[in-house]
Amino acid sequence: MRPRATHDIVLASAVLVAITGLALGVIAIGGHPVLPALAALLRGSFGSPFAFFSATLVRATPLILLGLAVGLAFRAGVLNIGGEGQFHAGACAAVTVGLALGGSLPRPLSILVTVAAGTAGGALWAGIAAILKRSFGVLEVISTLMLNFVAALAVSFLVRGPLQEPTHVYPYPPALNPSLQLPTLAADTRLHIGFLAALGLAFGLWWVLRTTARGFRLRVVGAGAAAARSAGRVDVTGVVTAAFLASGAIAGFAGAVEVTGVTHRLFEGISPGYGYSAIAVALLARLHPLAIIGTGIFFGALEAGGAAMQRDAGVPAQFALIVEALVVLCVLAIDRLGPRTSEGTQ
Amino acid sequence: MSALGAFAESSVRMATPLAYAALGELVVERAGIINIGLEGMIIAGAFGALAGTGFAGVAGGLAGAAMSGVLVAGLFAIFVVGLRSDQIITGTAISLLGLGLTGALYQAMYVDAGVIGRTTTMGVWSLPLLRSIPILGPAFFAQPALTWALYAIAPALGWWLYRTPAGLALRAVGERPAAAAAAGISPSRVRTFAILFGGLMGGLSGATLVLAQVGGFAEGMSAGRGFIAIAVVALGRWTPLGVWLAALLFGAASALQFLAQAMGWSVPYQVWLSTPYVLTLLALAGARRRSVAPAALGARATE
Amino acid sequence: MTVPAPALHLRGISKRFGSTLALDDVSFTVASGTLHALLGENGAGKTTLMRIAFGLARCDHGSIEVDGTEHHFHSSADAIAAGLGMVHQHFMLVPALTVTENIVLGDCGFFGGFHPSRAAERVRQLCEETGLGVDPLARVSELAVGAQQRVEILKAVSRNARLLIFDEPTAVLTPRETDELYSWLRVFVRGGGTVVLITHKLREALTLADDVTVLRRGRSVLQSTVHAVDEAQVVSALLGEGPALRTPSPVRVNRTTGDTVLSATSVTVADTQGSERLHGVNALVRAGEIVGIAGVEGAGQWELLRVLAGRVTPQSGSVRLPAHIGFVPEDRLRDAIIPEMTLAENVVLPRAGGLHGRIAWSTYAEKARALALDHGVRPPDARAVGTLSGGNQQKFVLARELEGSPEALVVENPTRGLDIRASDDVLERLRAARDTGCAVVMYSSDLEEIVSLADRMLVCFNGTVIETPVDTACVGRAMIGLS
Repeated sequence: MRPRATHDIVLASAVLVAITGLALGVIAIGGHPVLPALAALLRGSFGSPFAFFSATLVRATPLILLGLAVGLAFRAGVLNIGGEGQFHAGACAAVTVGLALGGSLPRPLSILVTVAAGTAGGALWAGIAAILKRSFGVLEVISTLMLNFVAALAVSFLVRGPLQEPTHVYPYPPALNPSLQLPTLAADTRLHIGFLAALGLAFGLWWVLRTTARGFRLRVVGAGAAAARSAGRVDVTGVVTAAFLASGAIAGFAGAVEVTGVTHRLFEGISPGYGYSAIAVALLARLHPLAIIGTGIFFGALEAGGAAMQRDAGVPAQFALIVEALVVLCVLAIDRLGPRTSEGTQ
Repeated sequence: MSALGAFAESSVRMATPLAYAALGELVVERAGIINIGLEGMIIAGAFGALAGTGFAGVAGGLAGAAMSGVLVAGLFAIFVVGLRSDQIITGTAISLLGLGLTGALYQAMYVDAGVIGRTTTMGVWSLPLLRSIPILGPAFFAQPALTWALYAIAPALGWWLYRTPAGLALRAVGERPAAAAAAGISPSRVRTFAILFGGLMGGLSGATLVLAQVGGFAEGMSAGRGFIAIAVVALGRWTPLGVWLAALLFGAASALQFLAQAMGWSVPYQVWLSTPYVLTLLALAGARRRSVAPAALGARATE
Repeated sequence: MTVPAPALHLRGISKRFGSTLALDDVSFTVASGTLHALLGENGAGKTTLMRIAFGLARCDHGSIEVDGTEHHFHSSADAIAAGLGMVHQHFMLVPALTVTENIVLGDCGFFGGFHPSRAAERVRQLCEETGLGVDPLARVSELAVGAQQRVEILKAVSRNARLLIFDEPTAVLTPRETDELYSWLRVFVRGGGTVVLITHKLREALTLADDVTVLRRGRSVLQSTVHAVDEAQVVSALLGEGPALRTPSPVRVNRTTGDTVLSATSVTVADTQGSERLHGVNALVRAGEIVGIAGVEGAGQWELLRVLAGRVTPQSGSVRLPAHIGFVPEDRLRDAIIPEMTLAENVVLPRAGGLHGRIAWSTYAEKARALALDHGVRPPDARAVGTLSGGNQQKFVLARELEGSPEALVVENPTRGLDIRASDDVLERLRAARDTGCAVVMYSSDLEEIVSLADRMLVCFNGTVIETPVDTACVGRAMIGLS
């Protein structure tokens, strides 16, 4: 057999070259000059304080939170790819409670109640898949994917049905009462305290996984369920269920933060696929909570820059998707250039 | 046509692209790989169909769709089989790439260039006697060629899977790759073949949308069918005939909203649309622990 | 008369894995129509050599000849085509498929049809011709271990294999199945077939084989007919020193044993499918004794060990266990350690279920290092446990489980996969634990080993447990239900 390492390096390098060629080719076919397009991408993401704080970081917030949700589940060996659905469930729950509350409570309390409702909504949505796994052995990859579609349909139902604005013209509910909207970090920015919450959560999870018994149990179950059960006498099913629910709760929290911090209302397509991008965010960070902050900001920058590229250089918005995909593929290829590790992601 | 007849007809029509994608995904999953990138292969197929018709009409469209699907599948295979990358993350990237690339190319080659992205559609073939069966006749026996082809593809796939050494090799690779390797089979080759076949079928699924239904291309017109196909495979319990029936069920659920409208039922359409997903979950739960999924499904390749 | 070409002739084979030379210019000749034993300690290169011969690995240098013709194998398919067959130690069967499907698997042809019932009929015929009985339509997952091995042999024979390679074929077999396999091998060789038997069981090799080859550290150190060598010569070739003292013959002193530490009374255990694996079993173990457990595959010893280790709760009956029990399961990579985690994390693993709050990692890192140094785990500063060799992993697991002087220790096949030196080391640790008052329970599939170590013997048969004298013959009879 050919030495595996050489084979990998040759193949990975070829892939990298091909991918770069593909990216340049696409821009060229589109008839867009390459450099101005890339300049627009950079300007729109890191070019100015406004671009960075109000575009990049605002988009990074849900990506970091969902990345943490995915990362936590994967660390426990739970392949929860239902972040999208749990995000929607969280957004639905937060908006439903928020509209019911209106302005009836003092601001901090009403924000707390609304966000808590979203968090619970996400956990509940993940709980369905957790029960299906625990009691019926249903593969969570498939069940969470199914629940993503059901959740998107539930949003569609709510915004055209019970929560629709009073005139029944537009497919969305009225905006949330200002007392339910998250405060921004400065007067002239769109960046809200949800971003700080995401940073805090990342550090918190990192600390919990590294130093506490609970975190150790979760890592042990993910890395070797049989050894955890036999040598560690860990309640594996319990840990798996808890991790699944916690992951859903974080995703639900992300949904609640998005509606209270950014959109202030619910609508179809409130997530442009954040839940799926978050899988890439988490895996590129090798499921490490602190690294997820970095990859989350990177993906946020790509989305923000992609929007700017369309606006300033006339490059189609889909270009951001292409760049995102190519970045992921490049990282996967580069992964094979380095020394082989036995480290899995599951 | 009666409301019921229209319902049956649109069920079969909605089911066709799903059935193509899901039958392809079935083969991929039987080789132990879950292809989240299928969405990208479908949309690539749809774009390929549009581009191909420009050169050689419907036949060119079919060839273009098949080639585009296989091309995207080849990229997926390089990563998942060649580099042994994670299946889920690669699949996610491939889906994004497919959606982005086709969107950008469509914008550049058609919208910006002022070319109208419309295609001719396939004619309907009908069998004189069978089509006069009430309700079901027109639904099943007066359809475009791509739907007719399914009547051959699904049973042929079943025969291939259970009655040929190659089908046996595929099932063995999905259950226990090491054992297949010891028997002289190359799991990498089998997986690559399965992924390329999945791409071909995904491409044809896109061709169905363009050439048999819409008569044109629209950005993101695959509309999640790649993900739905994964549900269809699970509901069909990993057998070709089961998958085809499951696709019909999903098609019926999508068609039910039109029937409900026609009949004046006041159930929100989202309820109909979510039925197949809920049914899939119930079917999986009903299978209990008697697992029917290939044992090595989703495991990262090691050989 | 010309001498017929050897059935298999490997010439100057070298193979390097990273920085270690696994095989160093090894030549290996198997005469046609003979049974050839390939002996060596673990890591000597036996399996690697045979994987190269069978096309599952490629050598860096050297050539392969089958029946006098040189071959370059790119995969096992090429080796199969050349008339070789291999029965792996861990069977290479697909559990979800039927016996027939497993046998047909890999027979080429892309669109060629295969008719299940016709293929089953062919398999049935093959069973009759070879005398290997197995139901062609049974699912492999439902078969006993011995029957699975017969499927492996049938698979090879169905491809017209004239040379069969067996990798440790008796490790998983009951004594009766072992005898059956041996007599089948004799018939196969008498009929003109050729067999290579990879084994570490010296006696079995010397009574069964025509020729013997010994590998040590990747070199061929002895190649001879069995008649020309005696046991002592082979042992010294294996170990690379003067006639070695295998485990010193145990001196059994009359030790006074202490109080009862582990006890199980009328214990019944059912598996997940609900069928009873243990019915109404009694067992007790006192401080300062080693209780040996024996039993053929599936007789209930797996469950008994886990009940005594507190890992399985019986459906009925009562169990009295101390607070601190060490447990060394057989499959350590799966059940005892987490290979990619550090030594310190693996030291904490046994406490994982009961810990609360923060974990004092620096303390455990020191403890892990101290344990490793104490028990001769090399290297003691290894980052991940998975990077240790098999013997060192086992030393590490034993060290961890003995840490803090547990009242009881339950071990299962603790020397499996270890070479003679590492095995002796492990057995010595167990004796030492007993001598300091630990109640030790040990299962081993190697009857000689367990009988030489145990103070008392319990034998599992068909879900029941009886106590027998500490004697190979008595234990062997009890294992097959004779008393």
